[in-house]
Amino acid sequence: MESPVMLAAGILGTTGASLRRAALSGAGAVVTKSVGVAERDGHRGPTVVQVEGGLLNAMGLPNPSYRSFQEEIDIGREGKAPVIASIFGSTPSEFGEVATGLDADGFELNLSCPHAERFGAEVGCEACNVEEITRAVKVSVSVPVWVKLTPNVADITALGLAAQRGGADGVVAINTLKAMAIDVESCRPILGNRFGGLSGPAIKPVAVKSVYDLAGSLDIPIIGVGGISRWEDAAEMIMAGASGIQVGTALGSPEGYDIFRSISEGLAIYLDRKGMTLEELVGAARRFS
Amino acid sequence: MRPKNAEIVEIVPETPTVRTLRFDLAFDPVPGQYLMVWVRGFDEVPMSISYKDGITVQLVGEATRAIFELEVGDGLGLRGPLGNGFSLLGDSILLVGGGVGAAPLALLGEAAEERGIEVTTILGVRGCDDLIFTERFRRIGELVITTDDGSLGICGRASAGLSCLDLQEFHQIYLCGPEPMMADVIGRCRGMETKIQASIDRYFKCGMGICGSCSIDPSGIRPCVEGPVIRADELVGTEFGRYKRGPSGRKKGW
Repeated sequence: MESPVMLAAGILGTTGASLRRAALSGAGAVVTKSVGVAERDGHRGPTVVQVEGGLLNAMGLPNPSYRSFQEEIDIGREGKAPVIASIFGSTPSEFGEVATGLDADGFELNLSCPHAERFGAEVGCEACNVEEITRAVKVSVSVPVWVKLTPNVADITALGLAAQRGGADGVVAINTLKAMAIDVESCRPILGNRFGGLSGPAIKPVAVKSVYDLAGSLDIPIIGVGGISRWEDAAEMIMAGASGIQVGTALGSPEGYDIFRSISEGLAIYLDRKGMTLEELVGAARRFS
Repeated sequence: MRPKNAEIVEIVPETPTVRTLRFDLAFDPVPGQYLMVWVRGFDEVPMSISYKDGITVQLVGEATRAIFELEVGDGLGLRGPLGNGFSLLGDSILLVGGGVGAAPLALLGEAAEERGIEVTTILGVRGCDDLIFTERFRRIGELVITTDDGSLGICGRASAGLSCLDLQEFHQIYLCGPEPMMADVIGRCRGMETKIQASIDRYFKCGMGICGSCSIDPSGIRPCVEGPVIRADELVGTEFGRYKRGPSGRKKGW
């Protein structure tokens, strides 16, 4: 990868054009929106609510089914960065079916979406499911497989270790935190799904701690995600133990797609100033543990 | 921002399937900007702004049906104004509106007239019963009406109204309406693409440029934040006029 800064799953990755635009804007790799076996329209709106320090969303895994998605991956690849397919299912065989049905440069298993019944975190909060699903995908494909973990558990490292036992090539931490917002005028939950997942600056310290803990227990690489919008956030995540980072919610800032370059360039200047390589920065804060 | 509660203070029936809602708060929009309208218990949908304090809604689906059930005193949750809006350029402009697409153009035309810009409007509708805001457009300049069924004005689509005008007179052309109509007008104004601004309709979910459901192929432009007003030269050669995507991301022809 040219840059350790990637596009996170669920953000803009609905179409090949968006994936390609992210790659051409400097993303080192791009992760698609999650695709599953069947077409889904997703939850009713509102699907997002801006809250203090972050963003709540409950998109509800909208996707056209993997059967209609290869074209988007192929267009995304024109951006010359690896295209990682984020996939979801409720059983090992569904995951296997989707992975086998797509030609991508890697897979990210969505075992962490907090607001879709029968999918995501509902499956991925149990270590045995994480291990079994990871193994099912690993035997089906020859490209790298990452597992995206939910922070909505007592011990995220148990899930990370399960992914590692299943043969994962890396873990991605974290997905959004379960959250909700209520409209005081009407007493109604605002999201169409009533509750959703919190992302953005508010969750960065949670993500940093998760990555730090995972780095202390796992032998496979960790990709840090959660509230990164500036190079300093990326540096912090890398010092906690991440080998790469992903950016999501910050794409909605006025900077838009330019955020990939601004983070990568800021990080490069920082490494230069410190006379360090990226590899040396990975886990640098763990020396103090 | 969270949705802001707006109370309906007036409901104006415009046609049997179109009505205007005026609210107890003004949004100070750039004409062409939109609101995400939360119809509580149903959905959140994008609506273009037709007055500083109002929207004009066409009955098209479940969420708009729920809006039609609302009465004065009821509330909606509003986010916005969002998106970029039209930019007013030149001394003489042409507005081309199809159906309820006239809504943001009326607000734009009034802003133009206030600045002393000469305004000409073409309104294209199916039949004369579908016309909205004719008085607003007549007040600010010349109005040409086209009807598909020939019940009023020129018989034909909105683009048929172009032939009675000298297009070179206009410094800028503004479009809002059904996409095939807009694509047709752009096709008939070849060479003028950089002078045409079109307000386009896509499946908006987040309204903040992150979900990707409205992205345009092949450029990846996000109409919810980089539009909904897009210059025609950025639409030529894209999916515009050919297809858009539904809520799942699957392509649908027009």
